[in-house]
Amino acid sequence: MIKTDILIIGAGPTGLFTVFEAGLLKLKCHLIDALPQPGGQCSEIYPKKPIYDIPAYPEILAGDLTDKLLEQCKQFEPGFTLGERAETIEKQEDGTFIVTTNKGTQHHAPVVAIAGGLGSFEPRKPLIHNIASFEDKGVEYIIKDPEMYRNKRVVIAGGGDSALDWSIFLSDVAKEVTLIHRRNEFRGHLDSVEKVQDLKNKKKINLITPAEVIGIVGDYEVKAVVVKESDNIYIDKEYELECDHFIPLFGLSPKLGPIANWGLEIEKNAIVVNNALDYQTNIPGIFAIGDVNTYPGKLKLILCGFHEATLMCQAAYQIINPGKRYVMKYTTVAGVDGFDGTRKEAPKAVVKAIK
Amino acid sequence: MEQDINIKITDREGVTHEIQAPTDMAMNLMEVVRSYELAPEGTIGVCGGMAMCASCQCYVLSDTQLPEMQDDEEAMLSEAFYVKDNSRLGCQIQMTPDMDGLEVELAPES
Repeated sequence: MIKTDILIIGAGPTGLFTVFEAGLLKLKCHLIDALPQPGGQCSEIYPKKPIYDIPAYPEILAGDLTDKLLEQCKQFEPGFTLGERAETIEKQEDGTFIVTTNKGTQHHAPVVAIAGGLGSFEPRKPLIHNIASFEDKGVEYIIKDPEMYRNKRVVIAGGGDSALDWSIFLSDVAKEVTLIHRRNEFRGHLDSVEKVQDLKNKKKINLITPAEVIGIVGDYEVKAVVVKESDNIYIDKEYELECDHFIPLFGLSPKLGPIANWGLEIEKNAIVVNNALDYQTNIPGIFAIGDVNTYPGKLKLILCGFHEATLMCQAAYQIINPGKRYVMKYTTVAGVDGFDGTRKEAPKAVVKAIK
Repeated sequence: MEQDINIKITDREGVTHEIQAPTDMAMNLMEVVRSYELAPEGTIGVCGGMAMCASCQCYVLSDTQLPEMQDDEEAMLSEAFYVKDNSRLGCQIQMTPDMDGLEVELAPES
């Protein structure tokens, strides 16, 4: 059981900044995120895109913002449970919470801060009528263990970076790799596209474009996929392609997911909070901050998430330390004492006589 | 407002809305849909308008002249679902005065 002061669900910018603000109040944080790396949308969807409305940064790449936030909160030693989705929450008799992930990891905290953005990222599943019956029986939407494809025949569908990168990687592992995409053009890093071209020329990747997988054949396990090859002009054929695995990689889309069943008041796919006072939800001890919440006047901006996280931490302090006195201190005055023993402080003024 | 144009948007429930869209606020079609709340928040414009999620996919029903499709829109549509010949991404269509009379239908959520 992982124990912490504030359990943060979602390791995006709002969640990461919470670690810093909580640390100033000597509260320890642990973060859960369904993605394998911190940063949320900033890392997953648009790491190379610039943001222009982070105060004091005229321009910063979303990926760099994540790095800066990690650096800023580092001395408060946040814990991470990554690649797991918060599934259930149980309120204990003493008012604390136990949150369990889809992999069974348990977390115990007196305060839970949901900073889940638009939700946890789930793979987008292609519209193939019988695909659900082959999930985990040869159809995988996410590659968890590349070793399971060793000496197997693999069909990958998609036209983005993950389809390209996994085709390249698996061409060394699998017996046979086929990449299927609806167009001849791929959207990915240039070097990935060129590498696939090279592997295609060397016949290490079998490329089928423009085409799509429209059906799956097999009893219990995948035996083949039905490929429809068509350019709407000259080519139009359908055939079965034998394979052991079909991996559709069509990106991820965020879904509120299990959080929607936690008894929280939901409106417009967001969690209703108490009108910008401290962002507490209808369940005392559970807060919602950043894009995941809604209240009159709400704006889904990173900078608003930072503000919400800061106020939330003050309320969390009162819950964790009932009746204990505290006044907000400026970091310039008080410095920053890390849990790792480091201290940052403003240099002392030099006093020297003028003769 | 004289800069406003009249457009028709059919939502995902099949209801057609006749609305006025401003052309002087640098708004795109996805944002117009959101400003009128014609699709629930969180189901449209998920990526914020970067042509990276296709949650604003729509079918263009009128023969209105629209800006030509750029590479990133075309690439995204090639990975989206429910795509038809008249599919476009709402976030890539900036509202301009000559789009008066535009008619679109929102594609299903996926």
